[in-house]
Amino acid sequence: MASLQEYLFISGLLFAIGLAGVLVRRNIIVIFMCLELMLSSANLTLVAFSRFNTGTSGLPDYNGQVLVFFIITVAAAEVAVGLAIIVALYRARQTVNVEDLTSMKG
Amino acid sequence: MLELLGWLLLLLPLFSAAVIQLWLKEMPGTAVSMSILSVVTTFLITLILLAGEDTSAAINWASAGSFHIEIGLLIDNLSKGMMLVVTGVGMLVHLFSLGYMKDDAAKARYFGGLSIFMFSMTGIVLASNFVMMFIFWELVGFSSYLLIGHWFQKDSAAEAAKKAFLVNRIGDFGFMIGILMLWGLFGTFAFAEMADGARALGPDSSTVTGIAVLLVFCGAAGKSAQFPLHVWLPDAMEGPTPVSALIHAATMVAAGVYMLFRLQVSAGALLFEGFAGTTIMWIGGITSLLAALMATQQDDIKRVLAYSTLSQLGYMVMAVGLAGDHGGEAGMFHLYTHAWFKALLFLGAGAVIYACHHEQDIWKMGGLLGRMKKTAITFAIGTGALMAICPLSGFWSKEQILEAAHHETPALFWLAIVVAALTPFYMTRLFIVAFLGQGRSRGAKEAREAPGIMLYPLFALAAMSIIAGFPSIAGKLSPAFHHPEHAFNPTNPIFLISLAALVTGIAAGVLLYRGRDSDPLADNPVFRIFRNKFHLDELYLVLVRCCQDAVAAVIHFFDEFLIGELIVGGLARSATGLGNIFRRLQSGNLQGYAILFGAGIILVIYLTVFVR
Repeated sequence: MASLQEYLFISGLLFAIGLAGVLVRRNIIVIFMCLELMLSSANLTLVAFSRFNTGTSGLPDYNGQVLVFFIITVAAAEVAVGLAIIVALYRARQTVNVEDLTSMKG
Repeated sequence: MLELLGWLLLLLPLFSAAVIQLWLKEMPGTAVSMSILSVVTTFLITLILLAGEDTSAAINWASAGSFHIEIGLLIDNLSKGMMLVVTGVGMLVHLFSLGYMKDDAAKARYFGGLSIFMFSMTGIVLASNFVMMFIFWELVGFSSYLLIGHWFQKDSAAEAAKKAFLVNRIGDFGFMIGILMLWGLFGTFAFAEMADGARALGPDSSTVTGIAVLLVFCGAAGKSAQFPLHVWLPDAMEGPTPVSALIHAATMVAAGVYMLFRLQVSAGALLFEGFAGTTIMWIGGITSLLAALMATQQDDIKRVLAYSTLSQLGYMVMAVGLAGDHGGEAGMFHLYTHAWFKALLFLGAGAVIYACHHEQDIWKMGGLLGRMKKTAITFAIGTGALMAICPLSGFWSKEQILEAAHHETPALFWLAIVVAALTPFYMTRLFIVAFLGQGRSRGAKEAREAPGIMLYPLFALAAMSIIAGFPSIAGKLSPAFHHPEHAFNPTNPIFLISLAALVTGIAAGVLLYRGRDSDPLADNPVFRIFRNKFHLDELYLVLVRCCQDAVAAVIHFFDEFLIGELIVGGLARSATGLGNIFRRLQSGNLQGYAILFGAGIILVIYLTVFVR
């Protein structure tokens, strides 16, 4: 079985890819997917910590895994809302390129 | 019962003024009857009060803890005699105005103004304490403003009204501080309790007391037009002539003297010992002399009388300042006789002006004795009383003042004698130029005797000018009267000196002005200074302009640069500058925000984990 460090490494890698995607990609749908990727990396971290944190009974600490279920549920709802916003945005502006969406400029 | 009459006396003119102002503006006939009815009633009430006992009444007006301000009436000999002057002259002036203002478009406003004046003046006279007196003091200033500016369409009248009000304000400011200082010293505003307060004062407080009295005198100097605040009174002649007779000769300008004497009898003549009394009497004396000198070169009949009023007021103030040897009583006595004969002179001048189609220059009159016999004779009686010809009323009171001055301060006595010679001089000039000789203008040639309604008040005042001074009558009617210890004696040196002054003045006047058509002294450089009123008006103008401009410049600097530019403008500019810096962050670029957000989180992690 892979060690905790390997899990955390993968998780960090996923997070970094997500963050980089958010920062450099111009397509808002891709940015959105990268956000989801960052959430998944967090989930992976939680599950890994949960699995490796065995108590005296030999069973893992399930608190982290329960939290992951909550995150997945909320993320599902958030994806629905986020995609709806993106569809509405596209209908209004005919674009999903974030460089064209600068009406908040002060 | 008497208290009730007192309240009625005070409130009836107010009622009349309010009704006229609110409902009768469009009905001049009714307004005039209302005002005259009110003043006649107050005169009758005064006669009843004069026969009755002394009394007082008060209602509490404002309280704060143990501190009370009352609205009260003090009806004693002083206020009763003063009320006789106020309502008596007031009634005759109302009647005279019926004729004089017959064709005026704003008759209702005029009579409403007279009523509000009667109310304010009654308030001053009957006031039982200084606060109430101050309130009515301001009210007479207000009514005087209204009446001087009655013909406000004329610029000069509007200016004169404003000037009178502002100059009075200067005096009243000192008056207010003086009242508060006296309250601090005596612990009371009420006149009736001042004697105890003054007795309780130690001898050390005489400087403070003197300053307080002088500050109170500031108010009197404003209202009674004493030097250097005298400049408003001659200008106030822009008002209708009956108003000049009532307010600017007989009653309001005498209020300062009345107030000083009220203070003197309430708190004792000791208050006027020391530098306060000395200052007051010298200011009175100087006013009297300067005004008499200025009167010798005026061409406007009303202005001659105005300066003569100033001069006589100076006499009264001097007498009250003398305080000792019944000087105060002599001053009040002179106030009372002066009110009758000066009102007579002003109303006579009014009749003349009316007859000459509103011509006021005496050099354009002349020969009026033949055409207006009755007016001329009453005017001559008034002139005689003012010159102090024995036994007319002015003689008795002036003699008493001279006696008090002789007894107290010989220097002032000689100053008063000079004034006593100047007075007959300028009055002889006025009488000869205006009434004798030939008419010098169309108006004077066509002049006809005044109508009856204007003549009867003149007769009544002439009668009072003759008899008011006799000790037996003055003892009953005058606000304050000191019976001389010895009967009048023709060999008394004081009498002889004043007689010499009188004869000198009349002789000089007759010699210089008989048969003249223009003033022989007009080109004399000394007399030109008198004609120009010692250039005091110009001096004040320059003073006001300099001081005012300097103060205004400093204030402008503070307002414009310190507050406007530096504080208010500076704050606004720094806020704008900061905003300009921070608005660069608001790029509207989603990923820019994300970078900042990430950098922020990294910073927070760094601070929480690595910085301890």
